[in-house]
Amino acid sequence: MKVKIATPLLSYTGAREVEAEGDSIGALLDDLERRYPGLRFRLVDEQSRIRPHMRIFVNREAVRGLDASLEPGDDVQILQALSGG
Amino acid sequence: MTEILRSERPADGPLALLVATKKGAFVLRADAERREFALEGPHFLGHIVNHLVLDRRDRRTLLCAARTGHLGPTIFRSDDLGRSWKEASKPPAFPASDPAGRAVKHVFWLEPASAAEPGVWYAGVSPQALFRSEDAGDTWSSVASFNDHPRWFDWTGKGQDGTPDGSILHSINVDPRDPRHLYVGLSSGGVFECVSEGRDWRPLNGGLFADFNPEPYPEFGQDPHCMRLHPLAPDVLWQQSHCGIYRIERPGERWERVGDHMPRAVGDIGFPITLHPRDPRTAWVFPMDGTQVWPRTSPDGRPSVYVTRDAGASWRRQDAGLPRERAWLTVLRQSMTADAHDPVGLYFGTTCGELWASRDEGASWSRLRSHLPHVYAVEAAELDA
Repeated sequence: MKVKIATPLLSYTGAREVEAEGDSIGALLDDLERRYPGLRFRLVDEQSRIRPHMRIFVNREAVRGLDASLEPGDDVQILQALSGG
Repeated sequence: MTEILRSERPADGPLALLVATKKGAFVLRADAERREFALEGPHFLGHIVNHLVLDRRDRRTLLCAARTGHLGPTIFRSDDLGRSWKEASKPPAFPASDPAGRAVKHVFWLEPASAAEPGVWYAGVSPQALFRSEDAGDTWSSVASFNDHPRWFDWTGKGQDGTPDGSILHSINVDPRDPRHLYVGLSSGGVFECVSEGRDWRPLNGGLFADFNPEPYPEFGQDPHCMRLHPLAPDVLWQQSHCGIYRIERPGERWERVGDHMPRAVGDIGFPITLHPRDPRTAWVFPMDGTQVWPRTSPDGRPSVYVTRDAGASWRRQDAGLPRERAWLTVLRQSMTADAHDPVGLYFGTTCGELWASRDEGASWSRLRSHLPHVYAVEAAELDA
């Protein structure tokens, strides 16, 4: 499925939209890590918690954990909240 | 009698200043006279860089502790002095099985281990924990003897008490005579020493005041802002703490508050302390206003370095060339450093993005740069030709 990537992660993917597979957000992030080493830890901490300012949307609905399931053709967006200075 | 070790082989190349800032890293390469400094960078523009450090054993490898305000913490590595970078394949992180669910918030301090362990590095992180790499910073593992110590939660205030940017482990000092003998500083928590051939840790806080604690001289819980072990006299440690300037000679157990000899109107509160590379009786501090709400700026708006050349028995003001009034500078704990030249060069960076230098051991100062981002750390790196 296609995954839209936040611009701060472009140094890993080189593109705003990439292909990845998985039947859950966790599996999808594992696949992204295989394709783009280092990306997952910038997005998710070692206890598998999505970092505070990062947001993942599936079909425009926010997901809070990595166990959210995915279906083929789902629209996944990884975005970054606006904050800081 | 203080043991004095032999100095390591001097570098035969230029000096470089490694500057870590809130918005990226910069390298300033000096000419042979240390008069002109060419600016390179920024590296990792937009990243919060807490520390950029040269491996003084190979004088080629750089490690850079970085994060952004949103992305998780990582370490970048360069083996060509910053011309190219690779990210650590396994940055510091607690085990996924950590029963307390701890996660590294940021990497604060990077330190090469002793010459006896080439390629080994240590990292201090937030919360107060220690990590070790044995492959020049590519993969990192938790130092379980400290991070999983039965008293870790007592010593660290459960990892909660700390600086406005979070609690940190900093000031990693490795005894050059014994690679398993380490000292670290915790903000907060105090000073801790690795003992029993690396298997255990103990507090080393005798004589250290803690005015923010109901017990003013607790076993642990102090706030050592910056601690330095003298590389040639490794039984001598100095620290600038939240509550004064201290010195200890091991195997002594009590720190002496040598800051009591500072001018009373200036006080002995500050963040950094810098040691003379060859003389264990000489140190420099940059006092700040630690009164009332702790402005953390130059006392009375008159910035100055202070030097002692007699192990803290007396201190002398060194402000020639610095602003004489109405200058409220803040110099953080990693932001003042010394080179290995003779006379020693001193350098400090400010939170308002200035970089200052002295080529004569603090007798006079000149501004190298303005308009850098908020400076977090400055390291003097002696390069080979």
